[in-house]
Amino acid sequence: MTYIAKPKFHHPGLKKNALGYTHRDYEGKISTLCAGCGHDSITASIIEACYELSIEPHRVAKISGIGCSSKTPDYFLGNSHGFNSVHGRMPSVLTGANLANRDLIYLGVSGDGDSASIGFGQFAHSIRRGVNMTYIVENNGVYGLTKGQFSATADRGSKSKKGVTNTDNAIDLVAIALQLGATFVARSFSGDKTQLVPLIAAAIRHKGASFIDVISPCIAFNNHAGSTKSFDYVREHNDAVNRLDVLVGRDPIAVDYAPGTVQVVEQHDGSKIALRKIDADYDPHDRLGAMTFLQKHAAKGQIVTGLLYVDPDAEDMHEHLNTVETPLNSLEADSLCPGSAVLDKINASLR
Amino acid sequence: MSDKKPISSVNDFVVRFANVNGSGSASANEMFARAILRHGVPVSPRNIFPSNIQGLPTWYEVRVTEDGHLGARGGVDMMVAMNPQTWDKDVAGIEPGGYLFYDSTKPMPSTKFRDDINVIGVPLTAITNSTYTDPRQRQLFKNIIYLGALSALLDMDPKLIEQLIGEQYKGKEKLLSSNVHALHLGRDWALSNLKCPIGLRVKKSDKVGDRIFIEGNSAAALGAVYGGATVCAWYPITPSSSVAEAFTAHCKKYRHDPETGKAKYAIVQGEDELASIGIVIGASWNGARAFTATSGPGISLMTEFIGLSYFAEIPAVIMNIQRAGPSTGMPTRTQQCDIIACAYASHGDTKHVLLFPEDPAEAFEFAAAAFDLAERLQTTIFLMLDLDIGMNHRLCRPLKWDDSKQYDRGKVMTAEMLDEGRDFGRYLDVDGDGIPYRTYPGTHPTKGSYFTRGTSRDRYARYSEEGSVYADNMQRLVRKFETAQDLVPRPLQANAERPTKYGVIYFGSTSPAMDEAIGLLEARGHQLDRLRIRAFPFHSSVASFLAEHDFVYVVEQNRDSQLRQLIVNENGIDPVRLVPIVHYDGTPITARFIAKAIGDHQDHLKVTPLRKAVS
Repeated sequence: MTYIAKPKFHHPGLKKNALGYTHRDYEGKISTLCAGCGHDSITASIIEACYELSIEPHRVAKISGIGCSSKTPDYFLGNSHGFNSVHGRMPSVLTGANLANRDLIYLGVSGDGDSASIGFGQFAHSIRRGVNMTYIVENNGVYGLTKGQFSATADRGSKSKKGVTNTDNAIDLVAIALQLGATFVARSFSGDKTQLVPLIAAAIRHKGASFIDVISPCIAFNNHAGSTKSFDYVREHNDAVNRLDVLVGRDPIAVDYAPGTVQVVEQHDGSKIALRKIDADYDPHDRLGAMTFLQKHAAKGQIVTGLLYVDPDAEDMHEHLNTVETPLNSLEADSLCPGSAVLDKINASLR
Repeated sequence: MSDKKPISSVNDFVVRFANVNGSGSASANEMFARAILRHGVPVSPRNIFPSNIQGLPTWYEVRVTEDGHLGARGGVDMMVAMNPQTWDKDVAGIEPGGYLFYDSTKPMPSTKFRDDINVIGVPLTAITNSTYTDPRQRQLFKNIIYLGALSALLDMDPKLIEQLIGEQYKGKEKLLSSNVHALHLGRDWALSNLKCPIGLRVKKSDKVGDRIFIEGNSAAALGAVYGGATVCAWYPITPSSSVAEAFTAHCKKYRHDPETGKAKYAIVQGEDELASIGIVIGASWNGARAFTATSGPGISLMTEFIGLSYFAEIPAVIMNIQRAGPSTGMPTRTQQCDIIACAYASHGDTKHVLLFPEDPAEAFEFAAAAFDLAERLQTTIFLMLDLDIGMNHRLCRPLKWDDSKQYDRGKVMTAEMLDEGRDFGRYLDVDGDGIPYRTYPGTHPTKGSYFTRGTSRDRYARYSEEGSVYADNMQRLVRKFETAQDLVPRPLQANAERPTKYGVIYFGSTSPAMDEAIGLLEARGHQLDRLRIRAFPFHSSVASFLAEHDFVYVVEQNRDSQLRQLIVNENGIDPVRLVPIVHYDGTPITARFIAKAIGDHQDHLKVTPLRKAVS
């Protein structure tokens, strides 16, 4: 339960990152999710990524909607402000928060019900606007809190725990995000932390709308035979196009890779991503190619994972709106209010 | 031709223009209203328009009123009938002895007229076609030509109209001179072919003073600029869209950094009202002043978020430019019909602060104040305008701003305060006013963070489903609402000359009609004390007013007497003593309507008018 206090003591020899924070400084309250839930692995990956990046925990704003996934921001970054908002409305709340203060890091956590059903519109429009954020969908294909109804990402033909076959087509959020112009698009699997952690880290360092769809099996309602979101099914059908290392302040080329197998992507903030190619022909700078690749592999029943698309020079919403560098929430009357002399002129023009 | 004596009136009459929308008549009609203002004579114009872009009927009504009665009057003394579609209805609506101005290029059968009105034909199309060849020019200048003819008929000073044209087309010499030319084409034709002036005349006066002429939506948007709003999220909906559009225009002028050219504001057109209010809540949670503007259907969509704002205590400003509901209702007609919907918006026990400006000047003031109130009270503040105030030019006192004023950012705990060791509980009532402290995200590395949620939690923002913890929080919210009573604008009371047992309560756009109705009622011998409510929660003076009078009329523009319901509910008062006076056909309420409704009720009560009793 979230009101159970988590002990704060830790081993004095715990490793510290560049800012002197330990792993524990990025943790939150004790998870109330089911034992073995994929979401807890994602929580652990977020903690790991933030630790690795040496982010000041309080400079992150965690925003979520409603559902199991949306409860998780309470379980990581306990020194960050969190906002468990309204079902399906995380994207608009995050957009507003981002408008108010462009200097914070925005982490949006949502689920498949939250983003593909009730909040499908908000998901789409926040991507369209290029909000500078890391948008993570913890995708289990099922409504867990209400006990096992299909969500809109459940594959057609997959079976519910009660044995019902889903007859509706699935929404592939990654495909939609690509179409809507997300400038960082990835898919991963909660059971594959070595792939997920660097993806989250790279997404955080990316300026623009970053979207990560993380297949995260629901241990209670969607981990049975016939499900296409179970641990076994995803492991069997996972088709990773690449694996990456985010190397901040280090030269990735110094790492010993076999020639021709690594592609280095330098992001806007100078951070570098070393992509170890698995599929030699996959080009993560080709949006159209990515969309086709996804469709082809989906038709074969494969779940494509990895960094699927990145535009390292993306613009964000603030650039579109030409807003001042100073966060809007810190502007006061002296710079916002035109004053009485201007008002007198306005009055004069209205006579 | 007339059986009835022509109406004769100086500076007190109603002219109505019947046009087809999209014909460019609006600017000529508005110029007519402004020209009368320049004579020093108050006017009160109103747009009556359909929910359509081109081709349907629109009307523009100008009440010329030396006495400064700015409410709608009812009745038409002169009809400028430019729309064949509505001809019959327009002709029928003219007061006996009134005037019909029409385009006489094509002859009309005599059955199309009335015997008891004065018909003035001007061959507008013929004049236009003989002067202009371009169809668009013909269309636009025809409007200026009728303006010219009217100036002669109503004895207006053409110099004042020329001056207005000069201001409008400053720097565009060609347009300026062609408009002046068109004006004189019409004026000269009228002077040489008609008896000018007619019985209705405009005579120079000095009753306008330093007042300004502005639409409520524009004034509210300007209030948001002055009040420090930096984030505006909105979704287009009549009659509120012009708030966001005006905010955009004002910000472009006054909110760009002079050195970098960058914007000190962000405006997002949301994908719907849910996104608009979500953006407002997110921005306000993060410490920016944010607002949205909408109308009834938008309010319905926003209610889930409004409940979150109430319960999680996040500031928000919602400008509701009310239109006739329910459902899509009459999108371009005015009502005050969202009082209950806003006061108790959202599921569960909720209550919200409402502000009721009476005109653009108050819309400006209250809009600016709404941001202080939202941050002080950490909740949603509704600015309750309506189409009548929002989308019509209204003569009102000049807008004022005190340069020494600083924004009230409310109770915000800073990093310094946290370092001093101040106890931070997000929902902890430290001052007894029900208002807790909040922190902005990113304030301090180790102190002051909390998890915002719409679920129940304790005073330190920790999740809890304990009944006593929940009730404790709900009671604090009641205390906070009580605090709000003394922070919101107070009611204004105006007593009758002689003591009376009767009172009247009204609010918002009903104001000018009510003021005028008081005069009419006094003339019938009825004395009424007045209380204009300017906000909810109601100040204690509302209860006192009710206690001091046997009967109180509650005048409002909705079917179900919503403000009356709210007063009865909140004050636990005997409903019989509150008499509903409701007007809800979508047109603005008039003094004639109010005076008749109250007068008839008073007669029914067998109240002996004081004047008769004395004589």
